[in-house]
Amino acid sequence: MADEPLILGIETSCDETGVGIVRGHTLLADALASSVEEHARFGGVVPEVASRAHLEAIVPTMDRALTEAGVTLADIDAIAVTSGPGLAGALLVGVAAAKGYALAAEKPVYGVNHLAAHVAVDTLEHGPLPEPAIALLVSGGHSSLLLVDDLARGVTPLGATIDDAAGEAFDKVARLLGLPFPGGPPIDREARAGDAAAIAFPRGLTAAKDLAAHRYDFSFSGLKTAVARWVEARQRAGEPVPVADVAASFQEAVCDVLTSKALAACRAQGIETLVIGGGVAANSRLRAMAEQRAEKYGIRVRVPRPKLCTDNGAMVAALGSHLVAAGVAPSRLDLPADSALPLTTVSV
Amino acid sequence: MRWVGPCGGFGRAVAPDQPAGPGGPLVWEGRVRVAVCRGGAGLGALAGRLGWLTVLVLVVDSSTPAVTAALVEVSADGVASRAHRCTVDARAHGELLAPQVDAVLADADARPRDLTAIVAGLGPGPFTGLRVGLVTAATMGQVLGIPTYGVCSLDAIGYPAASGEPVLAASDARRKELYWAVYDGAGERVVGPEVSTPVVAAARARELGATIAVGDGAHRYAETLDLPVRVEPRYPDATVLASLAAERIRAGAPSERLTPLYLRRPDAVAATGRKPVLP
Ligand SMILES: [Zn+2]
Repeated sequence: MADEPLILGIETSCDETGVGIVRGHTLLADALASSVEEHARFGGVVPEVASRAHLEAIVPTMDRALTEAGVTLADIDAIAVTSGPGLAGALLVGVAAAKGYALAAEKPVYGVNHLAAHVAVDTLEHGPLPEPAIALLVSGGHSSLLLVDDLARGVTPLGATIDDAAGEAFDKVARLLGLPFPGGPPIDREARAGDAAAIAFPRGLTAAKDLAAHRYDFSFSGLKTAVARWVEARQRAGEPVPVADVAASFQEAVCDVLTSKALAACRAQGIETLVIGGGVAANSRLRAMAEQRAEKYGIRVRVPRPKLCTDNGAMVAALGSHLVAAGVAPSRLDLPADSALPLTTVSV
Repeated sequence: MRWVGPCGGFGRAVAPDQPAGPGGPLVWEGRVRVAVCRGGAGLGALAGRLGWLTVLVLVVDSSTPAVTAALVEVSADGVASRAHRCTVDARAHGELLAPQVDAVLADADARPRDLTAIVAGLGPGPFTGLRVGLVTAATMGQVLGIPTYGVCSLDAIGYPAASGEPVLAASDARRKELYWAVYDGAGERVVGPEVSTPVVAAARARELGATIAVGDGAHRYAETLDLPVRVEPRYPDATVLASLAAERIRAGAPSERLTPLYLRRPDAVAATGRKPVLP
């Protein structure tokens, strides 16, 4: 489809500098530079370290994306950029870069919502998204359940974490077990050799009394503390910690809560499509459990491949492409970076 | 708080090859524009050789609360301002700079492809705002295929303030500190850029024989510095920034990677042992 618009996407909301290029729903390039290793010794993302890395990485990452796609900036029809939510200083580098590219190449710029982009990226793998759909977005920075009625103009938040993000719980439990940062991949790996039913960890906000006020909200802080207590009790008793069993049981508790709430939302709203995105969507147990449970209700689960689940430029380009196709007006050049951009705002 | 207006250097030309005379930079009023080179790297060198061409250069600085974009003409013997926008607002660099770049291009009836080079103030300055100018310059340079040149932002305060005696140039570093440098009587930087408390900056400046202070930081901490404060320039002067890069522009020097003068490490503490949850 050579006549579909060619859209470039820039992502810098956390520790990944991403530049993606799409034509319609076709992914042409997805270049990424990560500062994750610089953050490892701090046990979490350090905002200033991330911002400095974005400034250094943006020009070379853009070069790689353009080369990969075999296009020049003059060929691009529009530039989309994550304008929020995320780390303020990190977002600002991407937004200023997008404006620099847009100004010099005389192209329109779209400031877009990072979370909506996590939903839109699935269109690159599975084609247009049926609307309405339910989206479950889980990462180190966010855990949200949304009703996607119109991805170009607004999504409705149904629930979110009231304390830690799901990915944050993975990081903290990994650290407790002596596994590396970020914690998602090593826990997933360890859990494969463990017994998910070995330890009964709590499922936050699933008791009847909590469901009244927090039907679609999440809480992972209690779970994280329960794991810490369990591990410490073992250590104090001088017993070895069964890392694989702890990882599997913890992962099972997280996936159980996420999938049951997401599917409950689908059923309550009579919606047949569930999209899962964000770094935690790369977790193999979450994908398997969601599909298994959804099948019973005739709900289709769409999860993009792991590389598209984590933060990247392709997701921003995918949302930009959707906005251009829907005839949404571009942003102004005074477009701000907004670390607390609400979900109801898809483009600024 | 927002104040819009010229932040120094507006409509003024500085001859960069001569030391500034007493009382400030040489002001070169009569400018004769012969031709504007259109686009492409290397034209700066050509202009230099031919001696009569004028090239159009974009200047950006976001190292202080004064967010600045300017278009200047660099000719064989001078630098002249064509268009200048400056807004003082410490919290909106990201919002303000790109519209100002767009505005100076419109003011000069030019398009981005008419630019021959971009000059950016490298700071030092508060990091978040500083990066806005540098990433804007770097990305525009990448698209246009033109060189980018960096200049220490304090030089664009200290150089034009030189008047025969050493001068302390200072900008606000927040956290009750200053970014500062000391310039000799001819405007050459002799110490700095550094970041320290005003007390330390004042002591060092005195050791170096500074008799006057200049810049927003000097205004803010005038009492502690205890030096007479020169009113202008309060913020980096765009025409001076271009003048300080003019040799490189004329020579068509290779593009430079715009690395901020951070002077401070990121605030971050390495993860320590976890606190137990059991009592
Ligand atoms: Zn994300």
